[in-house]
Amino acid sequence: MDMKRAYYEDIELFKSGTILFWTIVLMVALFTLPLISTNYYLYLFNLIMVHAILAVGLNILVGSTGQISLGHAGFFAIGAYATVLLMTRLGVPFFPAIIIAAFIAAFFGFILGLPALRLEGPYLTIATLAFGLAMMHIIGHTEIFGGRSGLRAPALNIGIPQLGWNLTLTTDLSKYYLVLCFTIFMVWGAINILKTKVGRAFVAIRDSDIAAEVIGINLTIYKTLSFAVSAFYAGIAGGLFAFVLGFFDPITFNMFLSIYFLVMIVVGGLGSIMGSITGAAFITYLMYALFKNVKDVPYVGDFLIAISQRWLSITGMDNLSAIALGLVMIGIMIFEPMGIFGVWIRVKKYWKTWPF
Amino acid sequence: MPFNQLLIEGLAMGACYGLFGLAIVIIYKTSEVMNFAAGEMAMFSTFVVFHLLTFYHFPFWAALTAAIVFAALLGVLVQYVFLRPAKNPTLLSLIVITLGVEMLLMGFASWKWGAEQQEFSIPISYMVTYEPVKGFIISQWAVAVFIIAAAVMAFLFFFFKYTQLGTAMRATQQNKHAAKIMGINTDRVFAFSWAFSSVIGLIAAVLLTAKTILDPQFMMEPFLKAFAAAVLGGLMSIPGVLIGGAIMGLLENFFGYAWPVWKPITAFVVIVLVLCIRPSGLFAKHWVKKV
Repeated sequence: MDMKRAYYEDIELFKSGTILFWTIVLMVALFTLPLISTNYYLYLFNLIMVHAILAVGLNILVGSTGQISLGHAGFFAIGAYATVLLMTRLGVPFFPAIIIAAFIAAFFGFILGLPALRLEGPYLTIATLAFGLAMMHIIGHTEIFGGRSGLRAPALNIGIPQLGWNLTLTTDLSKYYLVLCFTIFMVWGAINILKTKVGRAFVAIRDSDIAAEVIGINLTIYKTLSFAVSAFYAGIAGGLFAFVLGFFDPITFNMFLSIYFLVMIVVGGLGSIMGSITGAAFITYLMYALFKNVKDVPYVGDFLIAISQRWLSITGMDNLSAIALGLVMIGIMIFEPMGIFGVWIRVKKYWKTWPF
Repeated sequence: MPFNQLLIEGLAMGACYGLFGLAIVIIYKTSEVMNFAAGEMAMFSTFVVFHLLTFYHFPFWAALTAAIVFAALLGVLVQYVFLRPAKNPTLLSLIVITLGVEMLLMGFASWKWGAEQQEFSIPISYMVTYEPVKGFIISQWAVAVFIIAAAVMAFLFFFFKYTQLGTAMRATQQNKHAAKIMGINTDRVFAFSWAFSSVIGLIAAVLLTAKTILDPQFMMEPFLKAFAAAVLGGLMSIPGVLIGGAIMGLLENFFGYAWPVWKPITAFVVIVLVLCIRPSGLFAKHWVKKV
């Protein structure tokens, strides 16, 4: 059904009029969403979009290049800390600061990519895990990073204060539009990266690194490049995250955050950009919203409270989200290893030839 | 602190990591699954000991025996319910499944017992010390750790070498399909290896509670250390993981003494450096992939 007859068809951004139409509908919906949404949901949407940027970047590494990373919270932290410190200590305006921060993260990604050249499987997992833990620890014990007590993000001034152009974004609504623009731009970039020579090299490395090397792909360059690109995305996401949250400390970027990121792309669908965005939205909603007010839900809430009082503890009810996340992770892997994107493909195939 | 003390303490801690690393290695040896849930399975079983002691007032050894049975059943259950239904799993999906089990167990333990620390003490004290040779002070805890680690290792050595089940486990690890043709029930072999791993994890966790506090997250850090020790040992060899554990424990203690602030991460940094030089750990043969 996805037959391509010319090279141009493979590289065009919108495969068909239908996709173009729905993309425009989605854009209009995203830009008008704040009109009907409350402030709390705007905060949630900001968080979702930040996570979506990171998930798209992580998917380039895990889904397209086939390297496992359990240390992306480290890059995320580098992005957040570097952006805020560049702005507060050196007075760099916001846009250069976040881009420099992302390049710093990309540099660290390149560094981490070097051992990854020789490692695979569980050995790569422990190396990336160690990187994430080391980052959290270094940040937590260095004075300039605010130590354990954390950092407060400055006012989000997206103008250039040195030239007297000031535009300070204070509300969640204005931040929503800023994060939305970043998200669209980064997702558009990721779609395009995967269509270039670089993206094809990544996919070739995933499918078989030896075969890729034989056909002339330089593994050293492309594996480290994949780490760097992925870390760049994490850096941008981290920079935005700092302002969405307003305050953060090293514990924010713990190992569980890396696990959540990995789960986002696995649940969404490996190697698929729309999948990573869906996965990011789903997992973020699950972790930050769904179980926050579960006690007030009629019947279900009462039932859970009754269970907690009878056999478990009422104070531990917040951990329902962890249980739900665990079940989602296991269930997705057992029943639909392709994730939400796999479900979508199946549904699409079924309806394509529906009566037959 | 004198050199001898650091040495003994480091070795004892290392033996603990090595013991817990064995729990990871046994599963990896038979089924090539990286069990990220090992720490939480051990944590959960330790909480069962705690629960039996506190609410049902069992004697310690009875509670421990009951928990060992529970741990074995938990291991079999996890393998049976969560890992067996996965069809043709990749490395990543196995990692995600075991991470999911970890989340599940941790969430459930926090729900049941609360996130706060619990009063829990084992009859092996850290405070009682002996001085067999002048200058070498060794605590009761360290003696127990050494004896148990040696016993478990000897047991596993003979088990893998001489028993039928152990031979079946080795055969399954070498080639699952050939083992099946030879009449080995590989599913049962996997279930047994998970049960073994879970029990060894419980023993290591109970020993570790003497050093740390008991809360639903208490096995996180030891698990990562043990995982690193197992990786250092090459994930396949049983002596390798104990040596890896000893290296971890010594490194941590000596570096920790020199730079206390960086104690939690020195070991990891060293491991990444070692992996750069020997990508499959110190004691495993590096398999060159066939095309």
